[in-house]
Amino acid sequence: MLETAIIAVAKIVLTLITLLTLVVLTVYTERRVSAFVQDRVGPNRVGPKGLLQAVADVVKLLMKEDIVPKSANKPIHDLAPMISIGVAMSTFAVIPIGSTMEIFGRQIDMMIADVNIGILYVLALTSMGVYGITLAGWSSNNKYSLLGGLRSSAQLISYELSMGVSIIGVLLISGSLELDEIVGKQASSLWAGIPAWNVFLQPVAFVTFVVAAFAETNRLPFDLPEAEPELVGGYHTEYSGLKFGLFMLSEYVNMIVASAIIVTLFLGGYAFPWAGQFGLSGNSLALAEVLTFCVKTGLVMFFIIMIRWTLPRFRYDQLMRLGWKVMLPIALANLVVTASILALMNWA
Amino acid sequence: MSQNGKMIRKKDLNFWQRVYIPEILKGLRLTFMALFRRKITIQYPEKRFTPPDSFRGRPVLVEENGVERCVACGLCSRVCPALAIEVQANETPLEKERFPERFEINMVRCIFCGFCEEVCPEEAIIMSKEYELVFESQQEAVFGKDKLLVPIEKVRDRLEFLHKHR
Repeated sequence: MLETAIIAVAKIVLTLITLLTLVVLTVYTERRVSAFVQDRVGPNRVGPKGLLQAVADVVKLLMKEDIVPKSANKPIHDLAPMISIGVAMSTFAVIPIGSTMEIFGRQIDMMIADVNIGILYVLALTSMGVYGITLAGWSSNNKYSLLGGLRSSAQLISYELSMGVSIIGVLLISGSLELDEIVGKQASSLWAGIPAWNVFLQPVAFVTFVVAAFAETNRLPFDLPEAEPELVGGYHTEYSGLKFGLFMLSEYVNMIVASAIIVTLFLGGYAFPWAGQFGLSGNSLALAEVLTFCVKTGLVMFFIIMIRWTLPRFRYDQLMRLGWKVMLPIALANLVVTASILALMNWA
Repeated sequence: MSQNGKMIRKKDLNFWQRVYIPEILKGLRLTFMALFRRKITIQYPEKRFTPPDSFRGRPVLVEENGVERCVACGLCSRVCPALAIEVQANETPLEKERFPERFEINMVRCIFCGFCEEVCPEEAIIMSKEYELVFESQQEAVFGKDKLLVPIEKVRDRLEFLHKHR
Protein backbone atom coordinates (compact mmCIF):
# COMPACT_ATOMS: atom_id res chain seq x y z
CA MET A 1 0.00 0.00 0.00
CA LEU A 2 2.71 2.43 1.05
CA GLU A 3 4.79 1.46 -1.94
CA THR A 4 1.96 2.20 -4.37
CA ALA A 5 1.50 5.57 -2.74
CA ILE A 6 5.21 6.35 -3.03
CA ILE A 7 5.23 5.31 -6.67
CA ALA A 8 2.17 7.45 -7.40
CA VAL A 9 3.67 10.49 -5.69
CA ALA A 10 6.95 9.97 -7.51
CA LYS A 11 5.12 9.78 -10.84
CA ILE A 12 3.10 12.92 -10.08
CA VAL A 13 6.17 14.92 -9.09
CA LEU A 14 8.06 13.71 -12.14
CA THR A 15 5.18 14.54 -14.46
CA LEU A 16 4.73 17.99 -12.96
CA ILE A 17 8.41 18.84 -13.31
CA THR A 18 8.49 17.50 -16.87
CA LEU A 19 5.37 19.43 -17.81
CA LEU A 20 6.72 22.69 -16.40
CA THR A 21 10.02 22.22 -18.20
CA LEU A 22 8.16 21.39 -21.39
CA VAL A 23 6.08 24.54 -21.06
CA VAL A 24 9.26 26.61 -20.82
CA LEU A 25 10.58 24.86 -23.92
CA THR A 26 7.27 25.30 -25.75
CA VAL A 27 7.17 29.02 -25.07
CA TYR A 28 10.73 29.29 -26.34
CA THR A 29 9.95 27.21 -29.43
CA GLU A 30 6.83 29.18 -30.18
CA ARG A 31 8.69 32.48 -29.99
CA ARG A 32 11.58 31.17 -32.03
CA VAL A 33 9.35 29.62 -34.71
CA SER A 34 7.16 32.70 -34.95
CA ALA A 35 10.28 34.80 -35.37
CA PHE A 36 11.63 32.52 -38.08
CA VAL A 37 8.36 32.63 -39.99
CA GLN A 38 8.54 36.42 -39.93
CA ASP A 39 12.21 36.58 -41.02
CA ARG A 40 13.32 37.52 -37.52
CA VAL A 41 15.68 35.73 -35.17
CA GLY A 42 13.70 35.66 -31.92
CA PRO A 43 15.05 35.47 -28.38
CA ASN A 44 18.75 34.58 -28.56
CA ARG A 45 20.40 36.51 -25.75
CA VAL A 46 19.54 34.81 -22.46
CA GLY A 47 21.53 31.63 -22.12
CA PRO A 48 22.80 29.53 -25.02
CA LYS A 49 20.73 30.30 -28.13
CA GLY A 50 18.27 32.13 -25.86
CA LEU A 51 17.08 28.92 -24.21
CA LEU A 52 16.78 30.60 -20.81
CA GLN A 53 14.56 33.43 -22.10
CA ALA A 54 11.41 31.78 -20.79
CA VAL A 55 13.06 31.29 -17.39
CA ALA A 56 13.90 34.98 -17.28
CA ASP A 57 10.30 35.79 -18.20
CA VAL A 58 8.98 33.60 -15.40
CA VAL A 59 11.29 35.30 -12.89
CA LYS A 60 10.03 38.67 -14.13
CA LEU A 61 6.41 37.57 -13.74
CA LEU A 62 7.09 36.37 -10.19
CA MET A 63 8.53 39.74 -9.21
CA LYS A 64 5.61 41.74 -10.66
CA GLU A 65 3.06 43.36 -8.40
CA ASP A 66 -0.22 41.47 -8.17
CA ILE A 67 -2.90 44.01 -9.08
CA VAL A 68 -6.54 43.24 -8.35
CA PRO A 69 -9.14 45.71 -9.66
CA LYS A 70 -11.06 47.54 -6.94
CA SER A 71 -14.45 46.33 -8.13
CA ALA A 72 -13.34 42.76 -8.81
CA ASN A 73 -14.71 39.83 -6.88
CA LYS A 74 -11.51 39.00 -5.04
CA PRO A 75 -12.02 35.32 -4.03
CA ILE A 76 -13.18 34.32 -7.51
CA HIS A 77 -10.52 36.49 -9.11
CA ASP A 78 -7.96 34.46 -7.14
CA LEU A 79 -9.68 31.16 -7.75
CA ALA A 80 -9.96 31.38 -11.54
CA PRO A 81 -6.28 30.91 -12.43
CA MET A 82 -6.04 28.06 -9.94
CA ILE A 83 -8.92 26.24 -11.64
CA SER A 84 -7.31 26.82 -15.01
CA ILE A 85 -3.92 25.43 -14.07
CA GLY A 86 -5.25 22.63 -11.87
CA VAL A 87 -7.50 21.29 -14.59
CA ALA A 88 -4.86 21.65 -17.28
CA MET A 89 -2.25 19.80 -15.25
CA SER A 90 -4.46 16.97 -14.01
CA THR A 91 -5.62 16.05 -17.52
CA PHE A 92 -2.19 14.62 -18.18
CA ALA A 93 -2.68 12.01 -15.43
CA VAL A 94 -4.42 9.48 -17.67
CA ILE A 95 -2.25 9.79 -20.75
CA PRO A 96 0.01 6.77 -21.22
CA ILE A 97 3.50 7.72 -22.38
CA GLY A 98 4.75 4.13 -22.57
CA SER A 99 3.63 0.60 -21.74
CA THR A 100 5.44 -0.67 -18.63
CA MET A 101 8.92 -0.20 -17.32
CA GLU A 102 10.75 -2.41 -14.85
CA ILE A 103 12.36 -0.43 -12.06
CA PHE A 104 13.87 -2.23 -9.02
CA GLY A 105 12.12 -5.44 -10.04
CA ARG A 106 8.73 -3.78 -10.14
CA GLN A 107 6.44 -3.35 -13.16
CA ILE A 108 5.49 0.31 -13.38
CA ASP A 109 2.78 1.65 -15.67
CA MET A 110 3.89 4.70 -17.62
CA MET A 111 0.88 6.75 -16.65
CA ILE A 112 -0.20 8.24 -13.34
CA ALA A 113 -3.71 6.85 -13.14
CA ASP A 114 -4.87 3.85 -15.15
CA VAL A 115 -8.53 4.94 -15.26
CA ASN A 116 -10.80 2.59 -17.17
CA ILE A 117 -12.82 5.54 -18.50
CA GLY A 118 -9.72 7.53 -19.41
CA ILE A 119 -11.18 9.30 -22.40
CA LEU A 120 -14.27 10.43 -20.49
CA TYR A 121 -12.01 11.80 -17.77
CA VAL A 122 -10.12 13.80 -20.38
CA LEU A 123 -13.33 15.17 -21.90
CA ALA A 124 -14.74 16.07 -18.49
CA LEU A 125 -11.61 17.88 -17.35
CA THR A 126 -11.07 19.81 -20.56
CA SER A 127 -14.60 21.16 -20.28
CA MET A 128 -13.91 22.09 -16.66
CA GLY A 129 -11.10 24.30 -17.89
CA VAL A 130 -13.60 26.77 -19.28
CA TYR A 131 -14.73 27.59 -15.74
CA GLY A 132 -11.36 29.10 -15.05
CA ILE A 133 -11.61 31.35 -18.09
CA THR A 134 -15.27 32.28 -17.64
CA LEU A 135 -14.88 33.01 -13.94
CA ALA A 136 -11.77 35.07 -14.66
CA GLY A 137 -13.70 37.12 -17.20
CA TRP A 138 -16.69 37.57 -14.94
CA SER A 139 -14.90 38.32 -11.67
CA SER A 140 -12.67 40.99 -13.23
CA ASN A 141 -15.73 43.25 -13.58
CA ASN A 142 -14.49 44.49 -16.93
CA LYS A 143 -16.58 44.37 -20.05
CA TYR A 144 -13.78 43.10 -22.26
CA SER A 145 -12.86 40.35 -19.83
CA LEU A 146 -16.49 39.35 -19.55
CA LEU A 147 -16.85 39.19 -23.32
CA GLY A 148 -13.74 37.03 -23.51
CA GLY A 149 -15.09 34.68 -20.87
CA LEU A 150 -18.48 34.43 -22.56
CA ARG A 151 -16.92 33.76 -25.93
CA SER A 152 -14.84 31.04 -24.39
CA SER A 153 -17.83 29.21 -22.96
CA ALA A 154 -19.87 29.58 -26.16
CA GLN A 155 -16.94 28.31 -28.20
CA LEU A 156 -16.42 25.38 -25.89
CA ILE A 157 -20.04 24.28 -26.07
CA SER A 158 -20.03 24.50 -29.86
CA TYR A 159 -16.89 22.47 -30.32
CA GLU A 160 -17.17 19.97 -27.51
CA LEU A 161 -20.05 18.27 -29.33
CA SER A 162 -18.14 17.61 -32.50
CA MET A 163 -15.10 16.63 -30.44
CA GLY A 164 -17.10 14.07 -28.49
CA VAL A 165 -18.82 12.72 -31.59
CA SER A 166 -15.55 12.35 -33.46
CA ILE A 167 -14.08 10.47 -30.50
CA ILE A 168 -16.97 7.98 -30.61
CA GLY A 169 -15.74 6.77 -34.01
CA VAL A 170 -12.39 5.94 -32.45
CA LEU A 171 -14.08 4.24 -29.51
CA LEU A 172 -16.17 2.09 -31.85
CA ILE A 173 -13.03 0.85 -33.55
CA SER A 174 -10.99 0.18 -30.45
CA GLY A 175 -13.92 -0.93 -28.31
CA SER A 176 -12.56 0.60 -25.12
CA LEU A 177 -12.57 3.86 -23.19
CA GLU A 178 -9.17 3.09 -21.75
CA LEU A 179 -6.43 5.13 -23.40
CA ASP A 180 -3.87 2.37 -22.88
CA GLU A 181 -6.07 -0.09 -24.77
CA ILE A 182 -6.78 2.40 -27.56
CA VAL A 183 -3.03 2.70 -28.05
CA GLY A 184 -2.63 -1.06 -27.92
CA LYS A 185 -5.16 -1.49 -30.73
CA GLN A 186 -3.19 0.92 -32.90
CA ALA A 187 0.09 -0.92 -32.40
CA SER A 188 -0.87 -3.70 -34.82
CA SER A 189 -0.14 -3.47 -38.52
CA LEU A 190 -2.87 -2.53 -40.99
CA TRP A 191 -1.30 -3.81 -44.21
CA ALA A 192 2.01 -3.44 -46.03
CA GLY A 193 3.76 -2.17 -42.90
CA ILE A 194 1.41 0.74 -42.32
CA PRO A 195 0.54 0.81 -38.63
CA ALA A 196 -3.16 0.64 -37.76
CA TRP A 197 -3.26 4.21 -36.52
CA ASN A 198 -6.66 5.77 -36.23
CA VAL A 199 -5.67 8.58 -38.64
CA PHE A 200 -5.81 6.05 -41.44
CA LEU A 201 -8.96 4.36 -40.14
CA GLN A 202 -10.78 7.56 -39.16
CA PRO A 203 -9.36 10.43 -41.26
CA VAL A 204 -12.53 12.51 -41.03
CA ALA A 205 -12.74 12.11 -37.27
CA PHE A 206 -9.07 13.08 -37.08
CA VAL A 207 -9.68 16.36 -38.91
CA THR A 208 -12.76 17.27 -36.88
CA PHE A 209 -11.01 16.33 -33.64
CA VAL A 210 -7.95 18.41 -34.43
CA VAL A 211 -10.06 21.44 -35.36
CA ALA A 212 -12.10 21.03 -32.18
CA ALA A 213 -8.89 20.68 -30.16
CA PHE A 214 -7.70 24.01 -31.56
CA ALA A 215 -10.96 25.59 -30.41
CA GLU A 216 -10.79 23.93 -26.99
CA THR A 217 -7.28 25.13 -26.31
CA ASN A 218 -8.13 28.66 -27.51
CA ARG A 219 -5.32 28.56 -30.02
CA LEU A 220 -5.33 30.52 -33.23
CA PRO A 221 -7.30 30.50 -35.52
CA PHE A 222 -9.87 30.16 -32.73
CA ASP A 223 -8.37 32.36 -30.03
CA LEU A 224 -11.41 34.60 -29.83
CA PRO A 225 -11.53 34.64 -26.00
CA GLU A 226 -8.34 36.70 -26.01
CA ALA A 227 -8.62 38.39 -29.39
CA GLU A 228 -6.30 41.32 -28.73
CA PRO A 229 -7.59 43.76 -31.35
CA GLU A 230 -11.16 43.66 -30.06
CA LEU A 231 -10.92 42.55 -26.43
CA VAL A 232 -7.66 44.13 -25.21
CA GLY A 233 -6.46 40.87 -23.63
CA GLY A 234 -9.73 39.03 -23.18
CA TYR A 235 -10.34 37.19 -19.94
CA HIS A 236 -6.87 37.91 -18.51
CA THR A 237 -6.91 41.67 -19.12
CA GLU A 238 -7.18 42.37 -15.38
CA TYR A 239 -4.56 39.87 -14.30
CA SER A 240 -0.95 40.57 -13.58
CA GLY A 241 2.11 38.96 -12.11
CA LEU A 242 1.91 35.39 -10.94
CA LYS A 243 -1.80 34.98 -11.66
CA PHE A 244 -1.33 36.03 -15.26
CA GLY A 245 1.60 33.64 -15.39
CA LEU A 246 -0.69 30.82 -14.28
CA PHE A 247 -3.09 31.53 -17.16
CA MET A 248 -0.20 31.61 -19.57
CA LEU A 249 1.10 28.36 -18.11
CA SER A 250 -2.26 26.62 -18.33
CA GLU A 251 -2.62 27.75 -21.93
CA TYR A 252 0.61 26.03 -22.86
CA VAL A 253 -0.08 22.97 -20.69
CA ASN A 254 -3.41 22.71 -22.50
CA MET A 255 -1.57 22.80 -25.80
CA ILE A 256 0.77 20.01 -24.67
CA VAL A 257 -2.13 17.94 -23.35
CA ALA A 258 -4.14 18.47 -26.54
CA SER A 259 -1.23 17.29 -28.68
CA ALA A 260 -0.69 14.32 -26.38
CA ILE A 261 -4.35 13.36 -26.72
CA ILE A 262 -4.28 13.74 -30.49
CA VAL A 263 -1.23 11.47 -30.56
CA THR A 264 -2.83 8.94 -28.22
CA LEU A 265 -6.15 8.75 -30.01
CA PHE A 266 -5.12 9.06 -33.63
CA LEU A 267 -1.39 8.76 -34.15
CA GLY A 268 -0.70 5.49 -32.41
CA GLY A 269 0.21 6.94 -29.02
CA TYR A 270 3.45 5.58 -27.64
CA ALA A 271 3.32 2.61 -30.04
CA PHE A 272 6.66 2.41 -31.77
CA PRO A 273 5.97 1.33 -35.36
CA TRP A 274 7.84 -1.79 -36.51
CA ALA A 275 8.99 -2.40 -32.92
CA GLY A 276 9.17 -6.15 -33.58
CA GLN A 277 11.74 -5.73 -36.35
CA PHE A 278 14.23 -4.04 -34.05
CA GLY A 279 13.99 -6.81 -31.48
CA LEU A 280 13.62 -4.42 -28.55
CA SER A 281 12.22 -5.72 -25.29
CA GLY A 282 11.87 -4.79 -21.65
CA ASN A 283 13.20 -1.43 -20.57
CA SER A 284 14.82 -0.55 -23.89
CA LEU A 285 11.44 -1.00 -25.60
CA ALA A 286 9.79 1.17 -22.93
CA LEU A 287 12.39 3.88 -23.50
CA ALA A 288 11.86 3.68 -27.25
CA GLU A 289 8.12 4.03 -26.65
CA VAL A 290 8.55 7.12 -24.47
CA LEU A 291 10.81 8.59 -27.11
CA THR A 292 8.30 7.87 -29.89
CA PHE A 293 5.58 9.49 -27.83
CA CYS A 294 7.70 12.58 -27.24
CA VAL A 295 8.64 12.88 -30.91
CA LYS A 296 5.03 12.49 -32.07
CA THR A 297 3.75 14.99 -29.51
CA GLY A 298 6.50 17.40 -30.43
CA LEU A 299 5.59 17.22 -34.10
CA VAL A 300 1.92 17.84 -33.36
CA MET A 301 2.88 20.82 -31.21
CA PHE A 302 5.05 22.17 -33.99
CA PHE A 303 2.05 21.79 -36.31
CA ILE A 304 -0.14 23.74 -33.87
CA ILE A 305 2.45 26.51 -33.68
CA MET A 306 2.80 26.64 -37.45
CA ILE A 307 -0.98 26.90 -37.84
CA ARG A 308 -0.93 29.91 -35.52
CA TRP A 309 1.42 31.72 -37.89
CA THR A 310 -0.40 30.59 -41.02
CA LEU A 311 -4.08 31.28 -40.47
CA PRO A 312 -5.74 34.53 -39.42
CA ARG A 313 -8.32 34.57 -36.65
CA PHE A 314 -11.88 33.55 -37.54
CA ARG A 315 -14.70 36.00 -37.11
CA TYR A 316 -17.07 35.10 -34.29
CA ASP A 317 -20.01 34.21 -36.55
CA GLN A 318 -17.70 32.17 -38.77
CA LEU A 319 -16.51 30.27 -35.73
CA MET A 320 -20.04 29.47 -34.66
CA ARG A 321 -21.13 28.53 -38.18
CA LEU A 322 -18.14 26.24 -38.60
CA GLY A 323 -18.85 24.58 -35.28
CA TRP A 324 -22.56 23.97 -35.69
CA LYS A 325 -23.19 23.80 -39.43
CA VAL A 326 -20.02 22.13 -40.66
CA MET A 327 -18.16 20.27 -37.95
CA LEU A 328 -21.11 18.68 -36.17
CA PRO A 329 -22.80 17.28 -39.32
CA ILE A 330 -19.48 15.95 -40.61
CA ALA A 331 -18.68 14.31 -37.29
CA LEU A 332 -22.17 12.80 -37.09
CA ALA A 333 -22.01 11.50 -40.67
CA ASN A 334 -18.62 9.98 -39.92
CA LEU A 335 -20.04 8.31 -36.85
CA VAL A 336 -22.99 6.85 -38.77
CA VAL A 337 -20.76 5.55 -41.57
CA THR A 338 -18.25 4.03 -39.13
CA ALA A 339 -20.99 2.38 -37.10
CA SER A 340 -22.66 0.96 -40.24
CA ILE A 341 -19.41 -0.45 -41.58
CA LEU A 342 -18.55 -2.03 -38.25
CA ALA A 343 -22.05 -3.51 -37.97
CA LEU A 344 -21.78 -4.93 -41.50
CA MET A 345 -18.38 -6.45 -40.71
CA ASN A 346 -19.71 -8.09 -37.56
CA TRP A 347 -22.75 -9.36 -39.43
CA ALA A 348 -20.79 -10.77 -42.34
CA MET B 1 -10.45 38.96 -51.62
CA SER B 2 -9.16 40.05 -54.97
CA GLN B 3 -6.76 38.51 -57.40
CA ASN B 4 -5.49 40.36 -60.47
CA GLY B 5 -7.89 43.11 -59.53
CA LYS B 6 -10.86 40.78 -59.91
CA MET B 7 -13.22 40.33 -57.00
CA ILE B 8 -13.55 36.69 -55.88
CA ARG B 9 -16.83 35.79 -54.27
CA LYS B 10 -17.57 32.66 -52.33
CA LYS B 11 -19.54 31.17 -55.24
CA ASP B 12 -16.46 31.41 -57.49
CA LEU B 13 -14.47 28.99 -55.32
CA ASN B 14 -14.17 25.44 -56.53
CA PHE B 15 -14.91 22.42 -54.38
CA TRP B 16 -11.42 21.92 -53.00
CA GLN B 17 -11.09 25.58 -52.16
CA ARG B 18 -14.34 25.38 -50.24
CA VAL B 19 -13.23 22.33 -48.30
CA TYR B 20 -10.49 24.70 -47.09
CA ILE B 21 -8.10 22.05 -45.83
CA PRO B 22 -6.00 21.88 -49.04
CA GLU B 23 -5.75 25.66 -48.86
CA ILE B 24 -4.55 25.42 -45.26
CA LEU B 25 -1.88 22.97 -46.39
CA LYS B 26 -0.82 25.42 -49.10
CA GLY B 27 -0.53 28.13 -46.47
CA LEU B 28 1.43 25.82 -44.20
CA ARG B 29 3.86 25.11 -47.01
CA LEU B 30 4.39 28.85 -47.43
CA THR B 31 5.05 29.46 -43.73
CA PHE B 32 7.25 26.37 -43.56
CA MET B 33 9.39 27.63 -46.43
CA ALA B 34 9.57 30.96 -44.62
CA LEU B 35 11.36 29.23 -41.74
CA PHE B 36 14.44 28.86 -43.92
CA ARG B 37 14.47 32.30 -45.46
CA ARG B 38 17.34 34.66 -44.77
CA LYS B 39 16.75 36.58 -41.55
CA ILE B 40 16.84 40.36 -41.82
CA THR B 41 17.61 41.00 -38.15
CA ILE B 42 20.90 42.77 -37.42
CA GLN B 43 22.42 41.79 -34.07
CA TYR B 44 22.53 45.43 -33.00
CA PRO B 45 25.20 46.22 -30.45
CA GLU B 46 27.70 43.88 -32.15
CA LYS B 47 26.81 44.68 -35.74
CA ARG B 48 25.58 48.07 -36.78
CA PHE B 49 23.37 49.18 -39.59
CA THR B 50 25.23 51.21 -42.21
CA PRO B 51 22.63 53.52 -43.67
CA PRO B 52 22.46 54.27 -47.39
CA ASP B 53 23.35 57.81 -48.57
CA SER B 54 19.68 58.71 -48.74
CA PHE B 55 19.33 58.14 -44.98
CA ARG B 56 18.32 61.14 -42.89
CA GLY B 57 20.12 60.95 -39.56
CA ARG B 58 20.77 63.87 -37.23
CA PRO B 59 21.31 67.22 -38.99
CA VAL B 60 24.88 68.58 -38.87
CA LEU B 61 26.61 71.80 -39.93
CA VAL B 62 29.30 71.42 -42.58
CA GLU B 63 32.68 72.75 -41.53
CA GLU B 64 35.01 73.69 -44.40
CA ASN B 65 38.63 74.75 -43.74
CA GLY B 66 37.85 75.11 -40.07
CA VAL B 67 34.92 77.50 -40.63
CA GLU B 68 31.24 76.64 -40.89
CA ARG B 69 29.63 77.18 -44.28
CA CYS B 70 26.52 78.63 -42.66
CA VAL B 71 25.81 82.30 -43.32
CA ALA B 72 23.07 82.49 -40.69
CA CYS B 73 20.32 83.40 -43.14
CA GLY B 74 17.82 81.73 -40.85
CA LEU B 75 15.93 79.89 -43.61
CA CYS B 76 16.31 76.53 -41.87
CA SER B 77 14.91 78.02 -38.73
CA ARG B 78 11.96 79.44 -40.69
CA VAL B 79 11.17 76.21 -42.52
CA CYS B 80 11.56 73.88 -39.56
CA PRO B 81 8.06 72.45 -38.92
CA ALA B 82 8.96 71.43 -35.38
CA LEU B 83 10.58 74.78 -34.50
CA ALA B 84 13.71 72.97 -33.42
CA ILE B 85 16.33 75.32 -34.89
CA GLU B 86 17.48 78.61 -33.41
CA VAL B 87 20.02 80.82 -35.18
CA GLN B 88 21.61 84.04 -33.99
CA ALA B 89 23.66 85.83 -36.65
CA ASN B 90 26.70 88.07 -36.30
CA GLU B 91 29.20 89.74 -38.61
CA THR B 92 32.52 88.30 -39.65
CA PRO B 93 35.48 89.78 -41.57
CA LEU B 94 35.44 86.69 -43.82
CA GLU B 95 34.08 86.81 -47.39
CA LYS B 96 30.71 85.40 -46.37
CA GLU B 97 30.26 88.44 -44.06
CA ARG B 98 27.79 86.71 -41.71
CA PHE B 99 28.14 83.74 -39.44
CA PRO B 100 25.96 82.07 -36.82
CA GLU B 101 27.10 83.22 -33.43
CA ARG B 102 24.76 80.70 -31.88
CA PHE B 103 23.22 77.74 -33.76
CA GLU B 104 21.10 75.37 -31.73
CA ILE B 105 19.02 72.38 -32.74
CA ASN B 106 16.76 70.92 -30.10
CA MET B 107 17.08 67.21 -30.87
CA VAL B 108 14.01 66.38 -28.81
CA ARG B 109 11.94 68.48 -31.21
CA CYS B 110 13.70 67.54 -34.46
CA ILE B 111 11.61 65.22 -36.63
CA PHE B 112 14.34 64.42 -39.16
CA CYS B 113 12.25 65.72 -42.06
CA GLY B 114 15.28 67.19 -43.85
CA PHE B 115 13.54 70.46 -44.77
CA CYS B 116 16.45 72.46 -43.36
CA GLU B 117 18.82 70.61 -45.66
CA GLU B 118 16.54 71.17 -48.63
CA VAL B 119 16.12 74.88 -48.05
CA CYS B 120 19.75 75.74 -47.25
CA PRO B 121 21.27 77.88 -50.05
CA GLU B 122 24.86 77.16 -48.94
CA GLU B 123 24.60 73.38 -48.39
CA ALA B 124 25.67 74.20 -44.90
CA ILE B 125 23.21 72.06 -42.97
CA ILE B 126 23.05 68.41 -43.93
CA MET B 127 21.42 65.23 -42.71
CA SER B 128 24.16 62.88 -41.50
CA LYS B 129 24.06 59.11 -41.10
CA GLU B 130 24.15 59.20 -37.32
CA TYR B 131 21.11 57.63 -35.72
CA GLU B 132 22.24 56.85 -32.19
CA LEU B 133 20.99 59.80 -30.18
CA VAL B 134 20.83 59.42 -26.43
CA PHE B 135 20.26 62.17 -23.90
CA GLU B 136 19.65 62.10 -20.19
CA SER B 137 17.97 65.48 -19.92
CA GLN B 138 16.17 68.13 -21.97
CA GLN B 139 19.15 70.47 -21.67
CA GLU B 140 21.50 67.85 -23.00
CA ALA B 141 19.29 67.40 -26.05
CA VAL B 142 19.90 70.94 -27.26
CA PHE B 143 22.85 70.58 -29.60
CA GLY B 144 25.00 73.70 -29.95
CA LYS B 145 27.66 74.47 -32.52
CA ASP B 146 30.17 72.33 -30.65
CA LYS B 147 28.17 69.20 -31.42
CA LEU B 148 26.73 70.25 -34.77
CA LEU B 149 29.93 71.17 -36.59
CA VAL B 150 31.31 68.29 -38.61
CA PRO B 151 34.31 68.50 -40.98
CA ILE B 152 33.31 68.23 -44.64
CA GLU B 153 35.30 65.03 -45.16
CA LYS B 154 32.88 63.11 -42.96
CA VAL B 155 29.77 64.07 -44.92
CA ARG B 156 31.11 63.77 -48.48
CA ASP B 157 28.78 60.82 -49.20
CA ARG B 158 25.69 62.84 -48.45
CA LEU B 159 26.91 65.90 -50.39
CA GLU B 160 27.60 63.75 -53.44
CA PHE B 161 24.20 62.13 -53.08
CA LEU B 162 22.57 65.56 -52.98
CA HIS B 163 24.47 66.75 -56.05
CA LYS B 164 23.45 63.66 -57.96
CA HIS B 165 19.79 63.59 -57.08
CA ARG B 166 18.82 67.20 -56.71
